[in-house]
Amino acid sequence: MDSLPQLNALSLLSGDEAVAMAAIDCAVALGTGYPGTPSTEILETFAALGGRAQWSPNEKVALEVAIGVAFAGARAIVTMKHVGLNVAADPLFTVASTRLDGALVVVTADDPGMASSQNEQDNRRYALAAGVPMLEPSDSQEAYEFMVRAIEISERWQAPVLLRMTTRVCHSKTVVRRGTIAVPPPRAPHFEHDLPSRVMIPAYARPAHPRLRKKLAEMAAWNDEAGPNQLIPGSTKLGIITSGVSFHHVREVAPEASVLKIGMTYPLPVERMRAFAASVERCIVIEEGDPYLVEGARAACIAVEGKPESFRFGELNSARVRRILDGDNSPEPKRVAGKMPAFCPGCPHRSVYTALKNLDCIVSGDIGCYSLGALPPFEAMDTMVCMGASIGVGLGLRYTLPPEQAKRVVSVIGDSTFVHSGITGLVEMIYNPPQSGHVVVILDNGTTAMTGLQEHPGTGRTLAHAKTGKVVFEELARTLGIQNVYVIDPTAEPEKFQQTIQSCLDRPELSVVISRHNCLLANRSIREYERCNDQPID
Amino acid sequence: MISQSTNAASSTPTSASSRPTNVVVAGLGGQGVLKASDILADVVFSSGLDVKKSELHGMSQRGGSVSSDVRFGERVFSPMVPEGEADFLLVIAADQVPVNEWALRPGGVLIDASMIDESSLPNKKSINVALLGVLSRHLHFPVEAWTAAIGRNLPEKLHEANLQAFSMGRALEQKK
Repeated sequence: MDSLPQLNALSLLSGDEAVAMAAIDCAVALGTGYPGTPSTEILETFAALGGRAQWSPNEKVALEVAIGVAFAGARAIVTMKHVGLNVAADPLFTVASTRLDGALVVVTADDPGMASSQNEQDNRRYALAAGVPMLEPSDSQEAYEFMVRAIEISERWQAPVLLRMTTRVCHSKTVVRRGTIAVPPPRAPHFEHDLPSRVMIPAYARPAHPRLRKKLAEMAAWNDEAGPNQLIPGSTKLGIITSGVSFHHVREVAPEASVLKIGMTYPLPVERMRAFAASVERCIVIEEGDPYLVEGARAACIAVEGKPESFRFGELNSARVRRILDGDNSPEPKRVAGKMPAFCPGCPHRSVYTALKNLDCIVSGDIGCYSLGALPPFEAMDTMVCMGASIGVGLGLRYTLPPEQAKRVVSVIGDSTFVHSGITGLVEMIYNPPQSGHVVVILDNGTTAMTGLQEHPGTGRTLAHAKTGKVVFEELARTLGIQNVYVIDPTAEPEKFQQTIQSCLDRPELSVVISRHNCLLANRSIREYERCNDQPID
Repeated sequence: MISQSTNAASSTPTSASSRPTNVVVAGLGGQGVLKASDILADVVFSSGLDVKKSELHGMSQRGGSVSSDVRFGERVFSPMVPEGEADFLLVIAADQVPVNEWALRPGGVLIDASMIDESSLPNKKSINVALLGVLSRHLHFPVEAWTAAIGRNLPEKLHEANLQAFSMGRALEQKK
């Protein structure tokens, strides 16, 4: 985030900034989340505008904290990228049928086209699977308004609401008019005992499920009547049902068509869709990602045309929408490949991968800047699945491979990723140690570098860079019972780093090697935060 | 790109007056691509026109290819510049021209780093703003709007160098 948005009546904002502005206008009591492109700027902007925001170790904890806020009668927002909702899925599915006193908005930022993600999952499926209503803005104005609507819906039905953004909506800047929707005043926080609505033991959870279905039926009826959907009358020859940013591609390519834009994509406004489809000769659904709207329409016996399978992959744009409308299945033009990203000159991760490559290691990798170790010139990271997987996957390899390969397996994991979901992997390693031992390298560069230099519990500073409690990795590893724990600066002592890894690999013991050197992009800021935080308070 | 004019669904051309102006700014991570598009979008926004700006962040920050789309006019729909419809392509790294040429329309204007003598810039990093100076000659925004937007989007200590770079780029186009 470069220049801060101001709280002006009219401004040019990214979707992320617009959500933050709405959260301010709704007097959201707390924003929680874990950094993840393209969602990161929501909490940063919310904090910069004066909101109370904090990074959690991971999305599951972030959602749980926000549930507590909503149980207390206040308004909460939780932000994460699409895969973050996998981590937070456990609380999500149950809070869906639990009574809230305040409001709970869960922002999921999907990444069609995978600009910076490991998969292309379509989180509209979560709304359906968990029974959580979902709003889908198409630009920054709607990001602002739908955030307010989400608060209203959450309070009206005492249920969580998903706000589904996508990369283009999060990161495009469009004009936002503020204060377009009146916001009901928030309630004063207060706890009221209501065990059957909030303790999901089977006896209370059984009646909670039909209660949830009843709420969803009411929401569906409301969505048909008064939901944030938009009908643009046009030609009766062609009707297009769409949602999210695809709406704007549609308007560009087919200005003459009738359009039904669905703003609340769960529960679907099925009767509006039915009436719309019946009003046109050809009804086609234009949506990014999975055929979610198509399946929803067809399940309700509404005849709609979908897109060919090839358009399930990647983002849509005007040209691709034109192809879908024209039934043009000819191969899409290939563009000249751009330059791949690479480690910064002098990045501490470089020495780490040099050593691992020299030692011919089998590297179980993880998610962060250091994933670039899989690209040339190193090509030294062999696996990457999800946040924290490096340790579990490394252990699986160790248990199974023949001894001469098993003893070369190393898990590499970044500092923020380690806090996010690597700690339980370390516990697994203590509990089920491989015969050949194992080596975990924690790449501690003092920041969450990949997403834009956010703080985490291992830095000992809050989202706003103020001093707070700090998780010290070497102490944690020793406390858990790891036999060999080393802290080395790989930039200052590359030979010592390689020798240490070598000696750990040679022993059938458990080792944690912490590679500690500040990210070069963050170093100046880190020194400045440390200087400010060490100043005595008058 | 071959236009598919056989289908009524997509052939209706938008009228000339409603067609937005399309600018693509491209380069490598760290060169100020997004800063340049921010300044341009700010100039347009303060003029009262509709404007949309779009790009992908993320992995591109580590020295990889970056591009940013700015579209403006009476009314803008898609935030992304359609293939072959960029009126202006600003490329900050010379080797990124082939990567981004697909965006430029036939007859569109290419403004690239080779037009600027880097050594004459007070700060080499201001080449992005120098290219905006070149672009400014092609657009109908007053020079004051540009200098104000540069002021709003950069820290004060960089104003002088960037205003000079902007003037250099603007003068360059005038000479041609």
